[in-house]
Amino acid sequence: MSLDTKASNKELIDEVLSVYPEKGAKKRAKHLNVYEEGKPDCGVKSNIKSLPGVMTIRGCAYAGSKGVVWGPIKDMIHISHGPVGCGQYSWASRRNYFIGITGVNAYGTMQFTSDFQEKDIVFGGDKKLDKLIDEVEDLFPLNKGISIQSECPIGLIGDDIEAIARKKSKQYEDKTIVPVRCEGFRGVSQSLGHHIANDSIRDWVFDKVEGKFKAFEGTPYDVAIIGDYNIGGDAWSSRILLEEMGLRVIAQWSGDGTLAELEKTPKAKLNVLHCYRSMNYISRYMEEKYGVPWVEYNFFGPTKIEASLREIASHFDDTIKEGAERVIAKYRAMADTVIAKYKSRLEGKKVMLYVGGLRPRHVVGAYEDLGMEIVGTGYEFGHNDDYQRTTHYVKDGTLIYDDVTSFELEKFVEKVRPDLVGSGIKEKYVFQKMGVPFRQMHSWDYSGPYHGYDGFAIFARDMDMAINSPVWGLTRAPWAK
Amino acid sequence: MSQDTENIIDHVKLFRQPEYTSLFENKKRNFEGGHADEKVAEIGEWTKTWEYREKNFARQALTVNPAKACQPLGAIFAAVGFESTMPFVHGSQGCVAYFRSHFSRHFKEPSSAVSSSMTEDAAVFGGLNNMVDGLANTYNLYQPKMIAVSTTCMAEVIGDDLDSFIKNAKAKGSVPEEFSVPFAHTPSFVGSHITGYDNMMKGILTHFWEGPAREENGKINLIGGFDGYSVGNLREIKRVAGLMDADVTLLGDNSDVWDTPTDGEFRMYDGGTPLEAAKAALNAKATILMQQFGTEKTTAYIADKGQETVVLNYPVGVAATDKLVMAFSRLSGKAIPTELEKERGRLVDAMADSQAHIHGKRFALYGDPDMVYGLAAFLLELGAEPAHILATNGNKAWAAKVQELLDSSPYGKDCQVYAGKDLWHMRSLLFTEPVDFLIGNTYGKYLERDTGTPLIRMGFPIFDRHHHHRSPTWGYQGSLNVLVKILDKIFDEMDKDTNIPGKSDYSYDIIR
Repeated sequence: MSLDTKASNKELIDEVLSVYPEKGAKKRAKHLNVYEEGKPDCGVKSNIKSLPGVMTIRGCAYAGSKGVVWGPIKDMIHISHGPVGCGQYSWASRRNYFIGITGVNAYGTMQFTSDFQEKDIVFGGDKKLDKLIDEVEDLFPLNKGISIQSECPIGLIGDDIEAIARKKSKQYEDKTIVPVRCEGFRGVSQSLGHHIANDSIRDWVFDKVEGKFKAFEGTPYDVAIIGDYNIGGDAWSSRILLEEMGLRVIAQWSGDGTLAELEKTPKAKLNVLHCYRSMNYISRYMEEKYGVPWVEYNFFGPTKIEASLREIASHFDDTIKEGAERVIAKYRAMADTVIAKYKSRLEGKKVMLYVGGLRPRHVVGAYEDLGMEIVGTGYEFGHNDDYQRTTHYVKDGTLIYDDVTSFELEKFVEKVRPDLVGSGIKEKYVFQKMGVPFRQMHSWDYSGPYHGYDGFAIFARDMDMAINSPVWGLTRAPWAK
Repeated sequence: MSQDTENIIDHVKLFRQPEYTSLFENKKRNFEGGHADEKVAEIGEWTKTWEYREKNFARQALTVNPAKACQPLGAIFAAVGFESTMPFVHGSQGCVAYFRSHFSRHFKEPSSAVSSSMTEDAAVFGGLNNMVDGLANTYNLYQPKMIAVSTTCMAEVIGDDLDSFIKNAKAKGSVPEEFSVPFAHTPSFVGSHITGYDNMMKGILTHFWEGPAREENGKINLIGGFDGYSVGNLREIKRVAGLMDADVTLLGDNSDVWDTPTDGEFRMYDGGTPLEAAKAALNAKATILMQQFGTEKTTAYIADKGQETVVLNYPVGVAATDKLVMAFSRLSGKAIPTELEKERGRLVDAMADSQAHIHGKRFALYGDPDMVYGLAAFLLELGAEPAHILATNGNKAWAAKVQELLDSSPYGKDCQVYAGKDLWHMRSLLFTEPVDFLIGNTYGKYLERDTGTPLIRMGFPIFDRHHHHRSPTWGYQGSLNVLVKILDKIFDEMDKDTNIPGKSDYSYDIIR
């Protein structure tokens, strides 16, 4: 990017900061920057408390645990423990696809809650939880386990959900019952919820099953997909590639996943990790405890898919390496036709991203495969290691915004005027009103999958229809001055 | 087979390709550790039985698929109905992300609200600093004319006192002393989103009405309550009031802010009750409240101020709209215009034209208490037979009032009313005592899938159909929309049921 862009991006940052009260401006200044080529990170602070009253886009620890990590495990019942709201707003809204008979042997699109009333706050909710688990067992006998997802009041009123979990587990033949301390006030964003959820798998799933899978017949090619939530089927369009190259996928974390898959994962030869942010913790643990190495990969867009397939294959013998080349060759023609069709329509288009997890960097390659350029990006709940990894993706002069506020993002988009914004549902309509094409990059805007080669074709189609929709030519009335 | 660039298929068709179906099969067989198919089928059948229903209704602690949300959602709904007002929710920040997403998914619109972003330290020391800094940030960044403060359950559990916090923040200069910061405590472990609406509406009125002496004029206030169709309905009320030449002040008019144009400009605020009008509303002659069970405290407050209150139950249908129109007429002293009388006649005309298709059909309904009351009343006017009426956030008084309505019509005699039950209860009801149609919100689609009962989408939220909230459901015109919605589903089902060539298509009539 030119010096001009760099300078104007810096000016833009100063401009938005000037509107804050002094204290706020000082704090926000640390989260906004322009990427300088060659620097080890993006020059922003991250994973710090959001300022009150600024309209942060972030969520909470409960969202990170129930909504992201645990919710997709389809054969367990996840209880939103506390008042009704949290479970209601997160009910089936993340599009974690799964196969199963809902309400009978799968529960992914159901909302189970203890629906706390005032008396539960005053007298505590442990008795209610105790009874609730009996009712779950009675009415949903095929469930494989239960997780207790704590909402804010649980930690504040001093409930002992761990004791209840132990008691009920004993009562139901050593059933897996996982208490999760993911109260929404913990930490600064979803991120701590991911970590807490990871730790709860370590403490309440792994520790429990040691020795249980002695009979498990492993192969040298066993891998587990970690950190793919199967949004719109992403994990499926990824798994198919791993299988085609000769690997055996023994578990999916956690999209379309099951308790049995979680339990078997320490038997994998390699953990392949897509969303580093939400599942690096358990990957590191499995490496330390069980000696399972892990490798990060990126299945957005053919360039990154090819590199990732080879990177994954490098952990195995020639059979798999050849398999990777075979898969790459098989899909290259299709990927090339997709690019041939859409690149001419998308070439040179500027994109601004603001997403969570891995996407603020991971999707960059897919856009670049289509000839598009990322001019701004940022993380809702990234840490410094995310911003370090981002340097491999972004160009000099890219606008970087951490935990951006609605005010800042609106001003940035207004001034930069990108051809496309990729962010979430809360942002979508703001930018469309401004006449800026938009795609939701959390839910794939109800489309997807976007992972893998099959996903890339859909991604290209969707970006084209967003940017080149005739509707954008109608936003100004012909008589308007 | 991989994607064909000329015909790219997404999740809807992609995963039905053989390479994916065999992937699913392999995953299930080798790794999932699930139950045998026969066992799953057996349990699936068992969930349809009376035995299961009895167990299901014996639940005391577990709630499954409730049809209600929590208080602060409703507080935001009320707050954004006032001119340039920013809802400010004191407590954990994740809640606000959820509220904003929830509204955006329903209205397909931006939904602005801020949080005071309290974390662990605030849990220990209280959230005063968050209030002080938060109000200052909101005031500077978003330049509202009013900030309406509500609470999440976190702030409620630790006992933060909004009144003193706001006074403190003002003393510290967060916002000017004269700046409007109404508030309401909205614990999510009490009531539901409709309670939050009620509390915030009362909080805003209290803010403007305490102090000045009331000097009655001839105006009429109207409060809509929490309603997924507020965009269409409040505009319809304005139109009807215009026809009546009645001087009506809508309190909490969010019909513009949740329906802004795409014309190159993002309007964070649009329309809404002018703050001056909210203040002056104290002097109105009367207030009409469209949803009795969603505005109980507000009603009591207004009555206490000396105004007449007219309480309705979601005016859909002929008699309910008549009641509204007559109230307008009586309170304004203006005669009901011929035009409106004609509209009434047109609704009755449409009902007469189509009633044969609805007569005797059995309906299950769920949703917010007043909406289901209103719809039930309309169904009875059409000769339909409500069978199960359920409101997760309905109370005993509501159930009694619905029962009274049912008792007033021969078509209501076989109906049961369920207060405080959820959609998993409804599932059992639909299996054991089937009906022809189900009326409910988006989540009803799971019931439609499981029980085969066709769903007519009405209520909040509606996430999976677009734009219906822009059309009214109140008044003669709104009732006509509801009638058409019901008829469309009836005819679609009839067509689906009779379209097998050479087998059933003799009834696939071209005229119905």
